[in-house]
Amino acid sequence: MASIEHNGTSYEVDEDGFLLNGSEEWDENWVDYVKSVEGINDMTDEHQKVIDALQEYYKKNGIAPMVRILSKTTGFPLKRIYELFPSGPGKGACKMAGLPKPTGCV
Amino acid sequence: MAKHDTPLLDELEKGPWPSFVTDMKRQAETHPECWDILGQLELSYEDRITHWKHGGIVGVFGYGGGIVGRYSDVPDRFPGVEHFHTVRIAQPSGLYYSTKNLRALMDLWDKYGSGMTNMHGSTGDMIFLGTRTENLEPLFWDLTHDLDQDLGGSGSNLRTPSCCLGESRCEWSCYDTQDICYHLTMHYQDEIHRPAFPYKFKFKFSGCPNDCVAAIARSDFAVIGTWKDDIQIDQAGVKEYMAGNYPSNGGAHSGRDWGAFDIKKEVIDICPTNCMWMEGDELKIDNSECTRCMHCINVMPRALKPGKEKGATICIGAKAPILDGAQFATMVIPFIKVSKENEYENVIDVIEQIWDWWMEVGKNRERVGETMQRIGLPTFLRVMEVDAMPQHVREPRSNPYVFWKEEEVEGGFERDVEEFRRKHAA
Ligand code: HEM
Ligand code: HEM
Ligand code: SF4
Ligand code: SF4
Repeated sequence: MASIEHNGTSYEVDEDGFLLNGSEEWDENWVDYVKSVEGINDMTDEHQKVIDALQEYYKKNGIAPMVRILSKTTGFPLKRIYELFPSGPGKGACKMAGLPKPTGCV
Repeated sequence: MAKHDTPLLDELEKGPWPSFVTDMKRQAETHPECWDILGQLELSYEDRITHWKHGGIVGVFGYGGGIVGRYSDVPDRFPGVEHFHTVRIAQPSGLYYSTKNLRALMDLWDKYGSGMTNMHGSTGDMIFLGTRTENLEPLFWDLTHDLDQDLGGSGSNLRTPSCCLGESRCEWSCYDTQDICYHLTMHYQDEIHRPAFPYKFKFKFSGCPNDCVAAIARSDFAVIGTWKDDIQIDQAGVKEYMAGNYPSNGGAHSGRDWGAFDIKKEVIDICPTNCMWMEGDELKIDNSECTRCMHCINVMPRALKPGKEKGATICIGAKAPILDGAQFATMVIPFIKVSKENEYENVIDVIEQIWDWWMEVGKNRERVGETMQRIGLPTFLRVMEVDAMPQHVREPRSNPYVFWKEEEVEGGFERDVEEFRRKHAA
């Protein structure tokens, strides 16, 4: 498996760039890295709210929430989530939150 | 990328048929990664297991769908297919391409991908097979800016809508399939590009019950053209068929000698509802019994035509889950007007009624047909505000003493049975 390095810390990632060891390796530096690759300019409280909601749900349920549930818990309509995370809630937000790659095939 | 020995695949080049192995070998001359597809497939044949990994997550900024991430699990041996993502590209309504556009698409894919395509996938869109993650943004830029085209849907969203060629060429079309397909594609851009559903959702539009896009088998929301009044009969035309002056089925069977046309054997006796007969030399149809199967019209297109009061039937919930097996869509709305005059407002209302409900009660990765099955058709009909009618019923119930709704039971489900029986003492 690949690893990537950001500001001197290295992380184990899968081929789509998701953290392999999840919360064990997740830190603010990781957030800063994902910000740079997923088209996010400035981290805001709104970004943080999405990240917190994802991590909380994941801790409780062991999977990422459905998009609709994410919208409900954060109060952000889907459109806003795409504005915050241009590559979407799965590829952008889940990656930043350190969740494993959401499953889903075609 | 080197050529691999592929003795098992080479077997598929034998015989008189076209062979994808031959095609890929030819493609490999300009796109050497195609050798690695063949190499990996050969290995899969030997190992009897696929060497593609489970789906990845890749995409372009702004969209959550449209590209299906694919990776090899043996990238060291087959570096050409280390990444082999599938790109879905929205097809023109009714599949009308200009050669100029086709060339531009192929040039685009030659530049950014393997050059391998599948025209078209079951969803109905163009499937471009095999590219690397770093090519996705430039490909998307050229596609949208130079070709003015768009990605299709993938993931838990509205999939690229598709339609038969409808009124543009087919006299049987009961509404403008191409127009509604295009209109709803534009209307639902958000739903196509930004997945928010429990699972995939497909629209398909067929102009008549021949259902050339197999909407009833492949879509969650199948709009199939139909008519309310009577099949139009031209008795003079019927006579011409009977006299052998017009070829049956538009001449489709002319390659072989099936003998003289026999209207009884070929039409009347195989009408599925037995609603046709001859009165003297006139063909009669009891239209109230006709199920609009199209058979008689297909056989004698110059004598029979769909009626004049045209619209569509809406069937909901086809699916083909791997474990349960395939299931057709269920007829829910027998007749609806489909007209661009109201910008399909009435059809949109039906769609949104389904979505509002399914987004609320559908489980993750549950197609609407599965949700309908789980909840039951009577409840679904109530959600859709459609009155139940005999055509919704697969078979009549055998026990009339079952009540589904509490309000149908005097005193409710919790009533005191002792008290009730006292009035009816034996
Ligand atoms: C011996 C090898 C293969 C066999 C026997 C095979 C067989 C088939 C068959 C029977 C279909 C369904 C066609 C239809 O009903 O329209 C199909 C569809 C398809 N195949 Fe293959 N295939 C093979 C290899 C491949 C390879 C190597 C690829 C891609 C790299 C591929 C990609 C596809 C795609 C994208 C579809 C379309 C799916 C759809 O329309 O839903 N196939 N294949
Ligand atoms: C165990 C692995 C896989 C499973 C269970 C699977 C299952 C499916 C299913 C159920 C569909 C139909 C979706 C629909 O309703 O339209 C589909 C479509 C498709 N699959 Fe797979 N698939 C697998 C692996 C792959 C791989 C490895 C590739 C490519 C390298 C691939 C390429 C495609 C394509 C291109 C389509 C779309 C065809 C279309 O939309 O018409 N699949 N797959
Ligand atoms: S579905 Fe009917 S209207 Fe559409 S192309 Fe086929 S035969 Fe013609
Ligand atoms: S359309 Fe089918 S059911 Fe109707 S009259 Fe013709 S053959 Fe019979």
